[in-house]
Amino acid sequence: MADLTYNFAGIRTPNPFWLASAPPTDKEYNVVRAFEAGWGGVVWKTLGEDPPIVNVSSRYGAVNLGGQRMMGFSNIELITDRPLDVNLKEIARVKKNWPDRAVVVSLMVPCEEEPWRKILKKVEDTGADGVELNFGCPHGMSERGMGSAVGQVPEYIEMVTKWCKQHSDLPVIVKLTPNITDIRVAARAAVRGGADAVSLINTINSIVSVDLDVMAPTPIVDGKGAHAGYCGPAVKPIALNMVAEISRDPECENIPISGIGGIANWRDGAEFMALGCGTVQVCTAAMHYGFKIVDDMTTGLSNWMDAKGYQSIDDFRGLAVPNLANWNQLNMNYDIKARINQDLCIKCGLCHISCEDTSHQAITAGRVNGARHYEVVDKDCVGCNLCMLACPVDDCITMERVDKDKPYMNWNQDPRNPLASAAE
Amino acid sequence: MSDIAAARLSEAELARNFADIHPPLDARTARIDANRCYFCYDAPCMEACPTGIDIPNFIRKIATDNVRGAGLDILDENIMGGACARVCPTEVLCEGACVRTAQEGKPVPIGALQRYATDWLMASGEQPFKRAAPTGRKIAIIGAGPAGLSAAHRLALLGHECEIFEALPKSGGLNEYGIAAYKVPDDFAQKEVDFILGIGGITVHHNKKLGRDIHLADLRRNFDAVFIGSGLGAVQALGLKGEQIGGLYNAVDYIAELRQSKDKTALAIGRRVVVIGGGSTAIDIAVKSKRLGAEDVTLVYRRGPEAMSATEKEQEFAQVNGVTIKHWMRPVAIKTNGANVSGVEFEHTKVIADGGLTGTGDMVVIDADMVFKAIGQIFVPDPVCEEASRLDLHNSKIAVDETYATSIEGVFAGGDCIDGNIGLTVAAVQDGKLAAAAINEYLAKK
Ligand SMILES: Cc1cc2nc3c(=O)[nH]c(=O)nc-3n(C[C@H](O)[C@H](O)[C@H](O)COP(=O)(O)OP(=O)(O)OC[C@H]3O[C@@H](n4cnc5c(N)ncnc54)[C@H](O)[C@@H]3O)c2cc1C
Ligand SMILES: Cc1cc2nc3c(=O)[nH]c(=O)nc-3n(C[C@H](O)[C@H](O)[C@H](O)COP(=O)(O)O)c2cc1C
Ligand code: SF4
Ligand code: SF4
Ligand code: SF4
Repeated sequence: MADLTYNFAGIRTPNPFWLASAPPTDKEYNVVRAFEAGWGGVVWKTLGEDPPIVNVSSRYGAVNLGGQRMMGFSNIELITDRPLDVNLKEIARVKKNWPDRAVVVSLMVPCEEEPWRKILKKVEDTGADGVELNFGCPHGMSERGMGSAVGQVPEYIEMVTKWCKQHSDLPVIVKLTPNITDIRVAARAAVRGGADAVSLINTINSIVSVDLDVMAPTPIVDGKGAHAGYCGPAVKPIALNMVAEISRDPECENIPISGIGGIANWRDGAEFMALGCGTVQVCTAAMHYGFKIVDDMTTGLSNWMDAKGYQSIDDFRGLAVPNLANWNQLNMNYDIKARINQDLCIKCGLCHISCEDTSHQAITAGRVNGARHYEVVDKDCVGCNLCMLACPVDDCITMERVDKDKPYMNWNQDPRNPLASAAE
Repeated sequence: MSDIAAARLSEAELARNFADIHPPLDARTARIDANRCYFCYDAPCMEACPTGIDIPNFIRKIATDNVRGAGLDILDENIMGGACARVCPTEVLCEGACVRTAQEGKPVPIGALQRYATDWLMASGEQPFKRAAPTGRKIAIIGAGPAGLSAAHRLALLGHECEIFEALPKSGGLNEYGIAAYKVPDDFAQKEVDFILGIGGITVHHNKKLGRDIHLADLRRNFDAVFIGSGLGAVQALGLKGEQIGGLYNAVDYIAELRQSKDKTALAIGRRVVVIGGGSTAIDIAVKSKRLGAEDVTLVYRRGPEAMSATEKEQEFAQVNGVTIKHWMRPVAIKTNGANVSGVEFEHTKVIADGGLTGTGDMVVIDADMVFKAIGQIFVPDPVCEEASRLDLHNSKIAVDETYATSIEGVFAGGDCIDGNIGLTVAAVQDGKLAAAAINEYLAKK
């Protein structure tokens, strides 16, 4: 049986699946239910200064896709709307009753040293395992100079992280906003500030839909909408890329990463780990289905690790990172052609029309003995994968490698490159 | 002359007719079907499963390709999850309760998905269950049917040693000798038995019949507890003259013969067949007769379709197989031609004020070369009761309390043989599982 325990920047957790700072971790009631269900840890819903903020009614919006609900999810909620004291008392009690679970506290106070110093002391007194600095919230708090307003300015990230390291011995996780152009700049600032880890992504600025009758973006609050934070399965590709950018950035110095964004099952989690994450955090999937989904996450990861022969998370963590290269390092001699398995083909014609109308006219639509027949024209096929992706039948179209005996040659070495240097 | 003959169909036709009626799902279809599940909270499907399998959880695991996890969720609650996936009348159990049935009349195919996961796990060759430390306790089990095997598996898991005494030469009970062949083809019953016994700590003694070869008093002396899972023994009589005549069969006997036959071309079937009964056994024998090549098969039931214990889906299945179902008729006489049946005389029936049934006096004869009785089996108390006159019965079956304890100390019972059981494989498995837990507690106190 695989060992799912992990030591994340000094924070011990029985498994790498945590609940992200959000409504699922808003209070003791939820967190206890989550721990009963088997979650390894929580990042408590972001605490701020008193008086607590006030939320609006009508808070969430969603993108549904092909009959599946909440493929994308958005919200205009702020940080916790409960008094600081109440949260701190509950955090202390939860940690005392669940000593083996990771309890991290998310924080967001104004960008001044004193408020950070004060709140850190209070959090330390609860016995919590660490803090996460919410530099990500893209709505409501950013207009008040907090959240992503800090996360978008590398100097602020560095400064606040330094204060936190200075005023507390707790591990400090810096939660990054994806609402920037280069995630590495923000991550490097956190590293410079002395952060013990980073977590990402927070939500993405979005408008999930426009109600064409009301003529307003959703979710609608009395006829008006605000831009909302986007998350859920739809954002996973964006999050994976940002995680990978940090993982392979030398200036980020292998900082521990907690991956967040669209994680709904064990496989999503394993993908984040393959790109370097030590733990992963979940919000939308839990808000959709409840805490029980963690059972698939832990058993699925464990079964997969057993099948692969991985004994611990670190056995496979980051294994995909070296295979993420810059485009100019890819092999220009690599050549694949589409292959149609005629026995599996159901004659829908999608491979033909996708290639014919939008790619390289490399699949013919003909008739053989009167029956519809689709055939790849090798000389025209550039190996783009489009037909394989469009084909509704699994494994019906596969790509076959045909560049036998040709050596590796990247774009810098390619004679077709006007700027090619033989020196590479 | 009655026309009863073997090999009405070719070997190839017979092979096709007795192959899997519901071929397994492939991985892609399984994932698509699994994604139709809403992962309901406190799911209605789960409430409707007699063994309480965590259905949303296992289906989600199929969707995420955590198939081992899915298989274990099923087998943890129902060690015969593989058989149940094939034989459960899901339309009145889990799938009937699925919220997608209510929403759009099309449930998540829970049975097929359950089969997908359990097949995967069994094909992996893994023995996923680890027994607890040996307790040194020994339990005797009567009958290697679903109830007995389920009890044995759970007891073995808890660290006890089990010895099963089975009257017949093979294990599996009605999974092996009763259930329709096209529901459990390819020797599935024996494969499942092997998988269950793979946990270790269970010895099966075949051809050992309680009352003949072994005796309750001895078992009680030599074992720490006894579990009776002996099923139902005999077929109810029609109460008509001529029940010993040629061409008149007990459906279950013929089915057992069919299940054990290596060569279906050797099985003789009538050209015109009449089946009397309204349950799944009646449906099974009618469909099998048709699939063996009978020309006319008429199933006759004394009340209307809603009163039949066969589900609507089973009735439809018989009809698409070419079986004619006639309602509101009861048998009054067996017609004979020499030593053989030539038909059955029925009287039309109607309901009277108190809900009872009465004949209308209107008679009709249906000609037949072969007649099958499928009007229910009864518990035969003889071997068990002769052994122990203190064994209380209720509604002609063994009476048990809520811990599956019989009136004799240390003797427990479950499955078809106990009062209150609903007569399904899945119910027998649940009885065995719960009785094992009760026996475990009983032993802890002893
Ligand atoms: C024709 C037919 C079709 C059916 N189809 C379905 C179906 O599709 N789906 C479904 O869910 N259910 C079906 N059932 C019902 C289902 O098979 C039973 O409910 C289930 O097998 C009961 O399990 P059991 O262990 O209690 O009894 P059994 O399966 O009857 O097993 C009892 C075992 O005890 C042995 N035994 C009996 N007496 C003694 C003795 N004195 N000493 C030693 N051993 C003894 C028997 O040989 C047998 O192996 C069907 C039943 C029949 C008859
Ligand atoms: C309703 C809602 C409220 C959130 N509140 C917070 C918050 O208070 N602090 C924070 O750091 N992130 C907050 N988030 C962001 C989540 O923690 C997480 O980063 C994001 O939802 C991506 O993960 P997911 O795709 O699993 O939902 C919130 C998200 C949602 C949906
Ligand atoms: S989810 Fe609950 S709180 Fe939210 S709108 Fe619906 S009923 Fe109200
Ligand atoms: S898309 Fe796939 S199934 Fe459809 S015609 Fe092409 S190869 Fe056949
Ligand atoms: S009732 Fe249907 S949709 Fe709901 S959990 Fe069960 S199988 Fe899934």
